[in-house]
Amino acid sequence: MVILNWVMLVLAIITATGLLFSRDWRWSLGLLAVQYLIVFWMVQAHWPVSMAAVKLVTGWMACAVLGIAQLNARTERRPENIWQQGRLFHTFAALMVLVATFSLSLRVENMLGLSLLITWSGLLLIGLGLLHLGITSDSYRVVIGLLTVMGGFEVLYAAVESSALVTALLVVVDLGLALAGAYFLNIAQEKLP
Amino acid sequence: MSAPVLWIFLPLALAGLLLLINNSRIVFLSACLFTLFLTLAAWLLPIDTPLTIGGLSFKLVPSVEILGRNLTLTSGDRSFLALVYGSTFFWFIPTASLKIARHLIPLGLATTSMLIAAISVEPFLYAALIIEMAVLLSIPLLTTPQQKPTKGVIRFLIFQTLAVPFILFSGWLLTGIGANPGNLALVQQAAILLGLGFAFLLAIFPFYSWIPLLAEEIHPYVVGFLFWILPTATLFFGLGFLDRYSWLRDAPALPSILTTGGALMVISGGILSAFQRHLGRIMGYATIVETGFSLLALSLGSQTGLGIFFLLLIPRTLSIGVWALTLSILREQAPGLSFEDIKGMGRIWPFAASGLILAILSLAGLPLLAGFPAHQAVWEGLAHSSLPLALWVLVGSLGLFASAARVLSALTSAPEGTNWGTRETRVQRLILGVGSLALLLLGLFPQWALPLWTKLPAIFEHLGQ
Repeated sequence: MVILNWVMLVLAIITATGLLFSRDWRWSLGLLAVQYLIVFWMVQAHWPVSMAAVKLVTGWMACAVLGIAQLNARTERRPENIWQQGRLFHTFAALMVLVATFSLSLRVENMLGLSLLITWSGLLLIGLGLLHLGITSDSYRVVIGLLTVMGGFEVLYAAVESSALVTALLVVVDLGLALAGAYFLNIAQEKLP
Repeated sequence: MSAPVLWIFLPLALAGLLLLINNSRIVFLSACLFTLFLTLAAWLLPIDTPLTIGGLSFKLVPSVEILGRNLTLTSGDRSFLALVYGSTFFWFIPTASLKIARHLIPLGLATTSMLIAAISVEPFLYAALIIEMAVLLSIPLLTTPQQKPTKGVIRFLIFQTLAVPFILFSGWLLTGIGANPGNLALVQQAAILLGLGFAFLLAIFPFYSWIPLLAEEIHPYVVGFLFWILPTATLFFGLGFLDRYSWLRDAPALPSILTTGGALMVISGGILSAFQRHLGRIMGYATIVETGFSLLALSLGSQTGLGIFFLLLIPRTLSIGVWALTLSILREQAPGLSFEDIKGMGRIWPFAASGLILAILSLAGLPLLAGFPAHQAVWEGLAHSSLPLALWVLVGSLGLFASAARVLSALTSAPEGTNWGTRETRVQRLILGVGSLALLLLGLFPQWALPLWTKLPAIFEHLGQ
């Protein structure tokens, strides 16, 4: 179990950092889908698998919504300039987040009653999601950043709250964010002649 | 039937139905009649008390259970329901003349019912999630098929979403503090998380950059509706925290935190508004100033502060409503809402121009207008505790006065020989006339809001005592 937790943590680092660097929407959605697998794994440490599976299904539904919206878009989206210019900066910032979240997780793990690995994974997703939000102005990437932040939050919050209503409301929020992303993509597309 | 079904689920269902209807007249009429019915029902129908009408006997049950948790609306909430649905009714009336009924009404009604759900959910912490759902529902309101999502919309979505984790975690910590009130470290952590959560949600300084952006980019009436309903619901949600946690209510640092946040919003919002050259942005900054005044009212503590907080609600609704309506009318005729675009329009759109000036001056707290009694009470309360602070807050209000003077100058500076006239439609003249008159009358007779004002504190079990 511990080994699998380590694997999931490494995957969380790879996916959340990969989302920062990815310019291809297919890769981004693939990484996001793996990220939801990590969220599911971390949440099932505290919840019954059947409840935790809700996170996985919701996340993959969100990916599907965003994927279909991208497929319907008529043109390939142009990457932002800042992305190409700031690769080194983003790597450095991601490393900083990695270190900062590790340091924070040492303090938070006891408070939440979680293992270090799960706490670090949750905080890492939140941190890298926030970094993502800070470096992009593209609506689609913003939604991916928000979903990453919410994913990290859900990992941590699952340890303290297992109410069915909260789970349902979080599902609606995640899907709502994905729908907002799809909506943004479609209206951006409708502007084209 | 249960009260949440009547005031939450039925409006939500109607909103869904109205989304499918293409005829804007049907949308307009059904939404207006329904919100009027809900207002009257909130005013007249008791909750949890058997009622007999003719031979028919029925009782509105206060709770409905969903997934093991409750949505509860008690008799104490009736005044709040009447305020919200009554205001929504008045917000919907001008939509027909502005030709935005189909755009605003279905999603506006859904947003309103979601925010009522947020106030009624138990445990009340889950309200953060329901408010987020209302925010997500409002996204289509803030975008049009012809327009890419603007910077303001993106920031709005980010800031409102980031509030959710902070508030939910702070709620969990607050529960821990209830069991162990002596744990100062826990109290500090909860206070920081709660403060950050509300700073995002209420757009408290410095997280309010999306407000002027939205006000500039989006249809003024739509944005005005959101500027009214979102802060109102969020402020009531915040009061719920104060009502439930006595340690938070009695925390010695609370007044100074509220005062600092509120004063920063009033001062920065007021001063920045004086330098704007776009009518929408000025409305955005005025909204920031108003939220600041609400925080300042709460910082005064006790029943007085709460009373002033409630006193601010109706004039604010009225002023933002009239302001948004006038901007919408001007926007239909002018290429934009910058000073250059509206130059001299006061001569041919006098009802809209005078309504606009009255609305700005009312929010600035000009004597004899609706906003004055509450603003004066805040200034007086602040002056008792700190005269310099009261003067700074006055500077913020003076910023809005300066904006009013600049707007007046832009509206009246027409080229030589431009004739006066009135191009507003009869319906627009009527609505603007009634709105402007209400701004004046509520300033002269603030006691007319007394029936609602005295009943609102009943929503809160402890604060209202």
